[in-house]
Amino acid sequence: MSVQGTPQGHGKQAALLILLACSMFGFAFALVPLYDVFCELTGINGKTAGPVAVPDMPGPVVDRDVKIQFVAQVGKGLPWEFRPTVSQLSVRPGEMVTTTFYARNRAGTSVTGQAVPSVAPGVAALHLHKIECFCFERQVLAAGEAVEMPVTFYIDADLPEEISTLSLSYSMFRVPDVEPEQVASN
Amino acid sequence: MSAHADNIPSSRHPLVSYIARWLLTTNHKEIGTLYLCLSFTLFFIAGAFAMIMRLELFAPGIQFTQPDFYNQLVTMHGLIMVFGVVMPGFVGLANWMIPLMIGAPDMALPRLNNFSFWLLPFAFTLLLSTLFMEGGAPNFGWTFYAPLSTTYGPPSTDFFILGVHMMGISSVAGAINIIVTIINLRAPGMTLMRMPLFVWTWLITAFLLIMVMPVLAGVVTMMLTDRHFGTSFFEASGGGDPVLFQHIFWFFGHPEVYIMILPGFGIASQIIPTFARKRLFGYRSMVYATVLIAVLSFVVWGHHMFTTGMPLFGELFFMYATMLIAVPTAVKVFNWVATMWRGSMTFETPMLFAIAFVMMFTIGGLSGLMLALVPADFQYHDTFFVVAHFHYVLYPGAIFGTMAAVYYWLPKWTGHMYDERLGKIHFWVAAFAVNLTFFPMHFSGLAGMPRRIVDYSVQFADFNMMSSIGAGLLGLTQVLFLYIVVKTIRGGQKATAQVWEGAEGLEWTVPSPAPFHTFETPPVIAAEED
Repeated sequence: MSVQGTPQGHGKQAALLILLACSMFGFAFALVPLYDVFCELTGINGKTAGPVAVPDMPGPVVDRDVKIQFVAQVGKGLPWEFRPTVSQLSVRPGEMVTTTFYARNRAGTSVTGQAVPSVAPGVAALHLHKIECFCFERQVLAAGEAVEMPVTFYIDADLPEEISTLSLSYSMFRVPDVEPEQVASN
Repeated sequence: MSAHADNIPSSRHPLVSYIARWLLTTNHKEIGTLYLCLSFTLFFIAGAFAMIMRLELFAPGIQFTQPDFYNQLVTMHGLIMVFGVVMPGFVGLANWMIPLMIGAPDMALPRLNNFSFWLLPFAFTLLLSTLFMEGGAPNFGWTFYAPLSTTYGPPSTDFFILGVHMMGISSVAGAINIIVTIINLRAPGMTLMRMPLFVWTWLITAFLLIMVMPVLAGVVTMMLTDRHFGTSFFEASGGGDPVLFQHIFWFFGHPEVYIMILPGFGIASQIIPTFARKRLFGYRSMVYATVLIAVLSFVVWGHHMFTTGMPLFGELFFMYATMLIAVPTAVKVFNWVATMWRGSMTFETPMLFAIAFVMMFTIGGLSGLMLALVPADFQYHDTFFVVAHFHYVLYPGAIFGTMAAVYYWLPKWTGHMYDERLGKIHFWVAAFAVNLTFFPMHFSGLAGMPRRIVDYSVQFADFNMMSSIGAGLLGLTQVLFLYIVVKTIRGGQKATAQVWEGAEGLEWTVPSPAPFHTFETPPVIAAEED
């Protein structure tokens, strides 16, 4: 029998294997930030980035029609009415576009909401740049208050040829009421 | 399974010492028996859930179950069959046979072995108890996708999470034990490339278990913190992403499906040479193919998620990687067929099950290739075609593999031959019933019948009636199987040490039934030209 076939040899190997198991447990959690980084680089989960800096403004306008559809959803437990004011626009890459979303608080008290954007198809998220968006910060609506919230964005000229229609969707979620200066990271 | 109570004081009440013997045993054969008994018991429980589902689906409309209860049955059937039947069944076979096949006196870590088994009855009691809880059992399918299991999961989900943790610890501990045993306790001369293939496939399976069960533990932990501690791993309103759940789950889930089939490959590779009376064709290529399947299993998880809005390059990558797995699998099927080619074949029950394993697993593999094609998958996704596919790889694959192993080694375990006539009846009825149950599901799936739904449209009625009749018959054959096993344990024609004329390997050098202690002095393996 080999030298390893002793209880000490067993213990050492078992310890190594336990270490492997523990590191795989850690790896499961490491997948969370890895996934975020991977998605940010490739845009595959349709999350859009934060505001674009002014020097990165669009290049020349390209003569090509891209249809963009707007979708709004209200999360569970948020007593709001929330919809796009225009459901669809035809835009050209490089062109600055502003549209608005309508929101009204149906509750008798002030309620705070946070919009989470998503672009489909996911890769298009890399080519949709927002200058200004209500989703950059939390929205506080007083009882019965109605607002039209603007989004200003452009689609860059690198949008893949095969994408002729894309959708920009916002899900509005209820968040705890906070001081107005504490804005969300996204 | 000889009675043995070396370390139990005899002054105790017989019942106490009987319970203590099984509770405290560290013997690999007794623990193997415990695993197999647990697996068999849970097989009937999860099978009963399937019977209720097939009864409900016998005709369109809602007859016997409420939709929510039906969903709970779907979930419990899947979870228990995967974690409670197939996995413990294979671990039981590993416990019994690996020390005997490599000439080791026992498993390397016997107390850990006892602990890994005894976690399981508690884990499954916990899981099954959720059926009686307020709000019902988990109802989100065995894949427990967020947010069904986080935001919308019933309160009993937390018991499910604890149960999964216990099973995970048990599997990882069992896998560690198996690896240490195989690495350290091989008899002199038993080099790695002389190990029987069942041992090889289990060595690779054990590594897969250690790599992915902790990932499953991680994902259920995230679920738990999302549910109760305010994190947002899978919650879009807090910046999380429910699709992330699917990525982590299937990173575990795809290697998991190979965990459920690789030991079956090993079993077929033991049985076919015995009854073909030829050496296994292509031993080395079998080992390499198994390793390759295991490695590839880590890079194909995305094929479960083609319809989640994955970008084109992701779909292409996962499609090609998935189709690549067909290559080593085909090598295996080729080798089994080549082993049988011009062999002096006889068709005892284990051989019948092994041949059926090869044939029907291949059918399941082919429907898997169809599902791997992205454009086709968009149509097949979440239909009964998927149900047909994975039942073909799991029932005539994993379950028939385990049954073949039980018939093959039962004489070694009990010292008695099973009733060959009843065994053959069991096989032929089961083989007919398994096809009657699952083959029509291909057609109902292709015609668009969605899975996991209590009711269906009338145009699927005929196919579903066939499946339900088949399922009822299939359930009955397993009662016959139970009868055959019990009958063999209680008596029967005495088995010789070699049992089968063509059997080769260390396990056939010890008497039948295998004595309580074997290979206390390691056997010496004579060198032979490899």
